[in-house]
Amino acid sequence: MSDCSHEITFKLQDAFQKKQPLQIKAGNTKPFYGREIKAETLSLASHTGIIEYEPSELYITARSGTSLLEIEQAVANQNQILPCEPPHFGTAATLGGMVACGLAGPRRVNAGNVRDCILGTEILNGKGELLRFGGKVMKNVAGYDVSRLMCGALGTLGVLMSVSLRLQPKPSCEQTITLTIDKETAINKMNQWANTPMPISATYYDGSELYVRLSSSASAVEACKKEIGGNQTEENEIFWTNIKEQTHDFFSSDMPLWRISVPPNTQTLNIPGVNVMEWNGALRWYKSDADENTIRSEVERVGGHANLFKGNITDQVFHPIPGPSMKLHKKLKLVLDPAGILNPGKMFAEL
Amino acid sequence: MPSSISTADLVKQFYKVLPKNAVLDKDEQLKPYECDALTAYRQLPRLALLPSNIEEIQAIVKICKEYKIPIVARGAGTSLSGGALPHADGILLNLAKLNKVIEIDTNNRTATVQPGVRNLAISEAAKPHGLYYAPDPSSQIACTIGGNIAENSGGIHCLKYGLTIHNILALKILTIEGEILELGGKNLDSSGFDLLALMIGSEGMLGITLEATVKLLPDPHDKKVLLAAFDQIQKAGDAVNGIISNGVIPAGLEMLDQLTIQATEMYCSPGYPSNAAAILICELDGFDEELETQVQLVKKILSEHQAIEVRVAKDKQEEELLWLGRKASFPALGNLTPDYYCMDGTIPRKHLAHVLESISKLSAKYGLRVANVFHAGDGNLHPVILYDANVLGELETAEKLGGDILELCVKVGGTITGEHGVGVEKLNQMCVQFSEAELSTFHAIKAAFDEEELLNPGKAIPTLHRCAELGAMHVHHGKLPHPNLPRF
Repeated sequence: MSDCSHEITFKLQDAFQKKQPLQIKAGNTKPFYGREIKAETLSLASHTGIIEYEPSELYITARSGTSLLEIEQAVANQNQILPCEPPHFGTAATLGGMVACGLAGPRRVNAGNVRDCILGTEILNGKGELLRFGGKVMKNVAGYDVSRLMCGALGTLGVLMSVSLRLQPKPSCEQTITLTIDKETAINKMNQWANTPMPISATYYDGSELYVRLSSSASAVEACKKEIGGNQTEENEIFWTNIKEQTHDFFSSDMPLWRISVPPNTQTLNIPGVNVMEWNGALRWYKSDADENTIRSEVERVGGHANLFKGNITDQVFHPIPGPSMKLHKKLKLVLDPAGILNPGKMFAEL
Repeated sequence: MPSSISTADLVKQFYKVLPKNAVLDKDEQLKPYECDALTAYRQLPRLALLPSNIEEIQAIVKICKEYKIPIVARGAGTSLSGGALPHADGILLNLAKLNKVIEIDTNNRTATVQPGVRNLAISEAAKPHGLYYAPDPSSQIACTIGGNIAENSGGIHCLKYGLTIHNILALKILTIEGEILELGGKNLDSSGFDLLALMIGSEGMLGITLEATVKLLPDPHDKKVLLAAFDQIQKAGDAVNGIISNGVIPAGLEMLDQLTIQATEMYCSPGYPSNAAAILICELDGFDEELETQVQLVKKILSEHQAIEVRVAKDKQEEELLWLGRKASFPALGNLTPDYYCMDGTIPRKHLAHVLESISKLSAKYGLRVANVFHAGDGNLHPVILYDANVLGELETAEKLGGDILELCVKVGGTITGEHGVGVEKLNQMCVQFSEAELSTFHAIKAAFDEEELLNPGKAIPTLHRCAELGAMHVHHGKLPHPNLPRF
């Protein structure tokens, strides 16, 4: 546990003076995510430690280099969880990386996004000024919501120094059931169940098997199992870990992997390649050789977007954003990083 | 900077793009817009406009941009912080006519609505499908979704279901440049920066909401409402921590202090225990089997924290009775006093006892009574200061007392506003919560969207000049160094 904020601030201020681009790194567990950039490293790996953890207040504040494992262990000791169930992609994964990438795991389906569990952030802007936004309390509407703007910005708007997260109680019982059904039925069923108060905390469909995780009291889980049917699987925790961490067989491939976000009830998506789905159908993973335009225009047709998650086949990793929005992206980048030195080009070439 | 065009010429410009009855320019027509629910601040706009579609709004914005006319958008005008207070040189853009529910998509659990749709109307439209819209500000019968988005409104059920920001999936925004931004979608993630998060709660200063797609949730199968009474407020606070520490997230968890209990009893007789120093009202919901487990657990926790009485409502009628007093708290307190001033700070709950004790000391210091109604689960305090505006100086005293309470909230790690927004009301306290560099960042973000400061100017973010003046004030122990200096 160490506070390296002086050192980091000094390096950043120096880089600002010299207009020296920096790439921000901590655990370096997600180097595949985003565009490849070449710049001097600003490491947050040593800026670690849980600053404050109040189980009864449902929040934790930690330095951005703190390992996700350490945070998850600390909250698990108090029977709590990070609601967004973030993937780690390696034991060195950190809190800062989780927020910068903004990737949520299976529980996203009913517990919200990474952004939804952010209460506040402390950042260094591109000039090395320390700024605090948000706070530790859930209800806080003072000032523009800059803390949540940091989530998923891939470090292009500021260097995350510490983050306060909202926590949830750990469900007392979790079980996974499986059903063998076709795709159309799977999509319909997932979305019908989502219209009921059943405590479904994750769904995954692999093309023939539908996996449904139930999280609640033991009696409620039993009641839902009766309503849903199917067979109970013993591999509850390990199964969802494999999905989240992409250690499941589906993900072991050299093919480009697309992360496709669509309205959950989308039935037809004409994209060549094999696919699986999570989040009641709202998240679809495609292993596909198809060219980016084919994929993206099809996804746009149904009101979604497609990001290239793994596989270096295009310079345009993230789904292009329309002109008026890009204009604002550039202006916001200039506000928070006037010299353009924070992870330049990591998200889009223009930013 | 005041615009050079005369109001008469401006009216002519708007007649070109709007029906004549959608342009209001007479004082008696403008009077209804002079304030929102924060009635201490009043200002007539130059004109009020009532567009009925997106094209008309675009045409209005184009004219305003050309002549540099400030725009204050307004829904139902229920803001408690002056968010919809008109600008003397500006137009008041009333979006009430855009009140259509465009689509209820049951398969994806979304509602797409125009900005002037009332909060409760969304849930009413979704009800036949077993769905509802979760955020429920106390004004939900009147307030509009456009206003909810501007203020990031909360409500009683925030602890479990989140604020407006957690329940909006997509927005169609008109920028002052006249461009339409489509942010988010029925899908769950979006590409690029999270502009949706930035837009929600920006108090109408970054863009005008033209359309919103909100998340709908399934109606819980069942709910239970409990009441617990305590002889000490500290015990009630500890019980709240006990409930949450034991892994229960109630749908609603509210606390009322003794003054509020007495006021509600006189006002609508909800039958609250009159000997209690504080009561908790706890609503639990969930899947049937889960609910019963939670009710038993909460009852046990309340007893362990020495509740002097615990009641579980037996039927819908009793549930409503338990909620009645809480929901009527503000009018009930209004009955005790000619005027009241409702605050909105949030604190980490562990500081509750200290904060309430300090509020009671401040109350004695300023000589005004303060009642406390509290969204206990999420730490959102609503101290209600009772005063009489007809007594010379009492409004100012109430404002000073309120300011001190908010600064206290910041000191213990909380915030000056949990759900009502900054508006014009809490500009001074913003100087306490944020540093110069942070406020400069807010101003720069405003400029990125609206360089000429035409959208709701002067709200939410104080000028650095104003804060500098206040800084001097704080050094001098609360005495204004130059009471006659203009403050802006």
